[in-house]
Amino acid sequence: MQKIKPLDHLILILGALFLCVPVVMALMSSTHAAIDIHSNGLYITPGSHGAETYTKVLTSRGGFTGDVTGLLMLTNSMIMGLGFAVGKIVLSMMAAYALVYFRFRFATLIFWAIFATLLLPLEVRIMPSYQVMSELHLLNTYTGLIVPLLASATGTFFFRQFFRSVPDELLEAARIDGAGPVKFFIDVLVPLSRTMMSAIFIIMFIYGWNQYLWPLLMTTDESFFTLMRGIKSILQVWVGSQIPDYNEAFALAVLAMVPPVAVVVIFQRMFIKGLTESDK
Amino acid sequence: MAHLSLTNVGKTYGGSAQPAVADVNIEIRDGEFIVLVGPSGCGKSTLLRMVAGLETITEGEIRIGERLVNKLDPAERDIAMVFQNYALYPHMSVRDNMAYGLKNRGERKAVIEERVAEAARMLELRPYLDRKPRALSGGQRQRVAMGRAIVRQPSAFLFDEPLSNLDAKLRVSMRMEIRKLQKRLGTTSLYVTHDQLEAMTLADRLVVLNGGRVEQIGAPLEVYRAPASTFVASFIGAPAMSLLDAHVENGQVMLEGHALAPVAHAAGPVTLGLRAEDLRLTSGGVPMRVDHVEELGAQRIVHGTVGDQALAIIDTSEALLPETVHLGVAPSRVHLFDARTGRRIETATQPVAVPAE
Amino acid sequence: MTDTPLSLAEADSTLFARLRRWWSGETATPVKRVQFDRPLTPWMFLLPQLAVVAIFFYWPSVQAVTSSFYLEDPFGFGATFVGLDNYTEALTSRGYMSTAAFTAFFCVVVTALSLGLGLLLAVKADKVIRGAETYKTLLISVYAIAPPVAGLIGMMFFDMHMGPFTQIAAWFGHDLRVGIDYWDTATALIVISVWKQIPYNFIFFLSGLQSVPVSVREAALIDAKSGWRRFCDITLPLLAPTAFFLLVINITYTMFDTFPIIDVIVKDKPANNPMTLVYKVYLDGFKGNDIGGSSAQSVILMVVVALLTVLQFRFLERRVHYG
Ligand SMILES: Nc1ncnc2c1ncn2[C@@H]1O[C@H](COP(=O)(O)OP(=O)(O)OP(=O)(O)O)[C@@H](O)[C@H]1O
Ligand SMILES: [Mg+2]
Repeated sequence: MQKIKPLDHLILILGALFLCVPVVMALMSSTHAAIDIHSNGLYITPGSHGAETYTKVLTSRGGFTGDVTGLLMLTNSMIMGLGFAVGKIVLSMMAAYALVYFRFRFATLIFWAIFATLLLPLEVRIMPSYQVMSELHLLNTYTGLIVPLLASATGTFFFRQFFRSVPDELLEAARIDGAGPVKFFIDVLVPLSRTMMSAIFIIMFIYGWNQYLWPLLMTTDESFFTLMRGIKSILQVWVGSQIPDYNEAFALAVLAMVPPVAVVVIFQRMFIKGLTESDK
Repeated sequence: MAHLSLTNVGKTYGGSAQPAVADVNIEIRDGEFIVLVGPSGCGKSTLLRMVAGLETITEGEIRIGERLVNKLDPAERDIAMVFQNYALYPHMSVRDNMAYGLKNRGERKAVIEERVAEAARMLELRPYLDRKPRALSGGQRQRVAMGRAIVRQPSAFLFDEPLSNLDAKLRVSMRMEIRKLQKRLGTTSLYVTHDQLEAMTLADRLVVLNGGRVEQIGAPLEVYRAPASTFVASFIGAPAMSLLDAHVENGQVMLEGHALAPVAHAAGPVTLGLRAEDLRLTSGGVPMRVDHVEELGAQRIVHGTVGDQALAIIDTSEALLPETVHLGVAPSRVHLFDARTGRRIETATQPVAVPAE
Repeated sequence: MTDTPLSLAEADSTLFARLRRWWSGETATPVKRVQFDRPLTPWMFLLPQLAVVAIFFYWPSVQAVTSSFYLEDPFGFGATFVGLDNYTEALTSRGYMSTAAFTAFFCVVVTALSLGLGLLLAVKADKVIRGAETYKTLLISVYAIAPPVAGLIGMMFFDMHMGPFTQIAAWFGHDLRVGIDYWDTATALIVISVWKQIPYNFIFFLSGLQSVPVSVREAALIDAKSGWRRFCDITLPLLAPTAFFLLVINITYTMFDTFPIIDVIVKDKPANNPMTLVYKVYLDGFKGNDIGGSSAQSVILMVVVALLTVLQFRFLERRVHYG
């Protein structure tokens, strides 16, 4: 067996500290008063103003972002995360199914047309995308928030790989059992992909939840703000204030990171599988 | 239940010039057990899958019963198939695996339950009906695959090397089970294997394929006793028939200058086929140098050379063998093949035994 | 390989065969031995994805390309065709060039640091047995934090009044002014971006390490005495595919996914602050209303990114496998 040196643990502990201490300090500082943070710096111990701060952030209108409560932003982020994950799985499974299990004209062309979307991330075409959205009157809608993000083929690529690894004989047995394309998809392939779907779901939920640029462009109506969009607002208020609401900013950050971090920690195994086999 | 007829069936895969299967004509009687046998890549699976409807038929006609099935979907052909890797639906219980095809046909619930129960009883699967395939042993999975075929009560069973994922012992017992089951159900069966022993023990009739073409069709003993070509001769029977260069002179087969047995054939070069089990050690006859001996317990296989041609004999004695032995053979057990084409040469001294059915 | 050139007829026939195959949807090696042969069903399954891709990918992409050749009136009264002017302007402007230079620098530093630290931690986590799961969970959990949240937390740490990093810098006599001083801001951007990316690299390196068969590790243990030798001679070569793949991913990350971090730290105030090319596309387009120029920059980026992704695709295709 290899010997374990204390140095290894030291490095790991330092690494873990470097990564986790900022998160812990954000969490702890969010339970202190803004004025204390302003004069004493960040805290690594819990304070006594937590309940108050979080109640304010979650429920009070215009706490710092005009007309929207933290709860509403939390809901919107949830809609964004779930909607994106579900949409992604549905769309990409269907497309991948067609690409793998059917022989049809233009299959190669369609394959490349879909997978070319992997070439260009949204960021390089934000300006024209914005124009398209405004022409379609999709600004400030959930559709506008979610659907355009589904255009990338990451999920399709992943499911295509997975379907290819499903033994051929399963389709053959199903055909002998009288299952047509739709039946085979629903009765066999979908249940078979359950683990893969969960893994993808986790990755995509986090991806959707964490979207920043797109909600920033798509929403001017505050009732569609997500938590990430809220961060932008909080910063705009920040400029020019005497003592910024550090505690509230931290509370918002905590709200924004708790759900995805919890998902990753709870479903760690599945998450790693999804991540390393699908690549975002 | 139905007879099956294949007429001039051929298959050329898109993008390849050589046909994978060509000119296959087989008439399969109702209830008959036919085994397709041949080396790897000879087109057995292709042929079977054409019958199943999983490959398009590019040439010829396939009929199941009186129906021409060339253009029919697999599900409409009234067949059932057992795959080498079983192809059980991993997310369904054993019961659902068997019921799925019937459900899709819109069979009544009561009928489905009854048939599944009957199949489970026959295959001794009753304790496992609610398990997932993952929780079964290889042999049990194999039986579920069989069960899935049985419940459909099809016109024909198609098997593609169903036993080759099992260990040797289980293979033998499953082989017998399959045969018993097929006898009892009386369902026409087409069975693919590359294992000649499996082929011999299961088949009513064998179809030996080579390079996509039929070499010989016949009952196992018929094929064994009178192989139609050197290919069949070397493929059927173990140890494989020894094939040697020989001459016919004055009504005698001459092997390396020694007369072996009388034959009625014109003089000239021939390929001589000798089965190890037909050869006997004699005091006179053709001398063979002993190279090595495989002891099998009940018998031993003696490998040696005559001139520089290899040969094997089965010997049941336990005596110490000298360096050179002499061998003889009954004239009726001498196989002659055309030296050029490899086709069998029928001679008067070889009565072709056709076993009673 | 043959030395004889293809005769014209041969070349023709292969070309023709390829076209025919392409037209009929066959590929040289079919994905599945048996496929469904229905005219309409596949389109039914493809329709949602195709619609989304056409409307939200191709339409804007084409628009990006076309508007990069036009000069748009800032008040929305039409546009004039200007050919390649937008491109030449972008490529010759000092602002663009310095942004490009910073982007390259940023890419190299962030990629090197986050890959290096991720690898170091993965190797150590792979080695320890006691507490490995805890370390893993701790190190991985940061992955889920969104870049803007990372930016927000980082901003607090570099806050000029109470940020711990500002205080630490002060001990060393440096007045850290993130958001005002170019290199101070750059440092903050790098630290936050690396912090955010380490978990990702850690996960991939660790799963790469853990897929090295036990027998190989044991053989290495017998063959090489020093741990460092083993690492260089056996572990590293086995990790090379993962590392190449991560290299491309990390470059893409620093170019695009750091956008929120930059936005949070720089806060729309380009004045003497470093930024990446993507951020400049956004600023020029949305804040500067220079649609043509922004589009031209988009197209330039598209080319760079397409090249990167082709690379990534190759690694991806080779890497993915399922058990
Ligand atoms: N989809 C295909 N496309 C092109 N050629 C094929 C295809 N499937 C099989 N072949 C070719 O057809 C020939 C017969 O294949 P087949 O699978 O029927 O062999 P087999 O007798 O079942 O062999 P085995 O015992 O190895 O299963 C082989 O030469 C094979 O390479
Ligand atoms: Mg086969």
